[in-house]
Amino acid sequence: MIEFLKRLFGPSDSGATAKQRLQLVLMTDHLALAPEMIEAMKRELVEVISRYVEVDREKVEVDFERHDHALAMMANVPILGVARPSERAPERAPEAPAPVLAAEPVAAGPQPLQQRKRRKKAQRAPA
Amino acid sequence: MHERQPEIEEAAVPAVRGRAIVITSGKGGVGKTTTTANLGTALAMRGARVALVDADIGLRNLDIVLGLESRVKHHLLDVIEGGATLDEALVPSKYTESLMLLAAAQHREKDEVPTEAMTALIERLRERFDYVLVDCPAGIEHGFRNAVAGAQEAIVVCTPEVSAVRDVDRVIGLLGNRFKPQLIVNRLRPQLVKRGKMLSVEDVNAILRLPLLGVIADEPEIIITTNKGEPLALRRDGATGAAYHAMAAKIAGEDVAAPTVEARESFFGRVGAFFGGKA
Repeated sequence: MIEFLKRLFGPSDSGATAKQRLQLVLMTDHLALAPEMIEAMKRELVEVISRYVEVDREKVEVDFERHDHALAMMANVPILGVARPSERAPERAPEAPAPVLAAEPVAAGPQPLQQRKRRKKAQRAPA
Repeated sequence: MHERQPEIEEAAVPAVRGRAIVITSGKGGVGKTTTTANLGTALAMRGARVALVDADIGLRNLDIVLGLESRVKHHLLDVIEGGATLDEALVPSKYTESLMLLAAAQHREKDEVPTEAMTALIERLRERFDYVLVDCPAGIEHGFRNAVAGAQEAIVVCTPEVSAVRDVDRVIGLLGNRFKPQLIVNRLRPQLVKRGKMLSVEDVNAILRLPLLGVIADEPEIIITTNKGEPLALRRDGATGAAYHAMAAKIAGEDVAAPTVEARESFFGRVGAFFGGKA
């Protein structure tokens, strides 16, 4: 109904359309002008994923797709192997959550550190 | 800089050199030439010695906007190639004392101007003028590089359009940090902005993020004065003329209030906005 009324009373703000198109076109322009940035991002991306699963580094592909209203990064990362859950341990970056816990929904708002630790232990116990 | 005693020739060079400012945009047709003519006029009316250089070789226009087309006898390439002296080539303005034009060559190509020669020419002008405003050709090729080469500062002219902002964004990238670019938003239509049908100054500068030198509204009087070859800035009373003078004051280092362009809506504009406007 609102859509119908909008159409009846003229098009939506073309200024906003211009703004959106401009932002999108500039993102694409800037990406095209920064191939070294994309390479660096690709390297770091692979590095992070490799902490958890074994990745075929040679075949990683990163592309940017432009849709009507958004720009999306599409990463194709072939995975060669995944370790058995019990063998997995966070090798690096102790701050990062362990893979098992990654699926746990992130609690909104700050949480006391101790409490969070306890919850982690409780989850790990039955596994 | 020099440790040795300066030679006589060097000593003859005045210690204070003028500022060479390139007026550029990337995209054509956004009002670079009109802006150059008006800023030059406004600066000269403040008493500064101003040289306007048309760097748009092959597409000479600045002489037309200044109403000087019939007085141009020599051009920039003549001076570079030694066919005329600087004094012979500089055309004084009809209206403003201390404003002079160095016209572009009309029947030559941009590629014929060596960049070093262009830089040297701008240096010579800086010795004699307080301001050297270089009207840059559209594009980002040889002509752009030449126009930019001798300048220390840049003013970028942008209209509130997707294409113009995109091109200015590219130009800013090419200029780098060296030129302290400032922004003029040209041909703004406040009524359209108010109705959400045009990019606002804030929208444009949210992307470009430059110090805002000024805003010029899209007024019919700009077309009329250009038709006559009389820069609008000759008159300070109108809103647009005042805006050019405010920019000139800002360039000269005065503390000028942030520019605003009020939406002066006509009755019919309001009626139109009421019935057909914002959804």
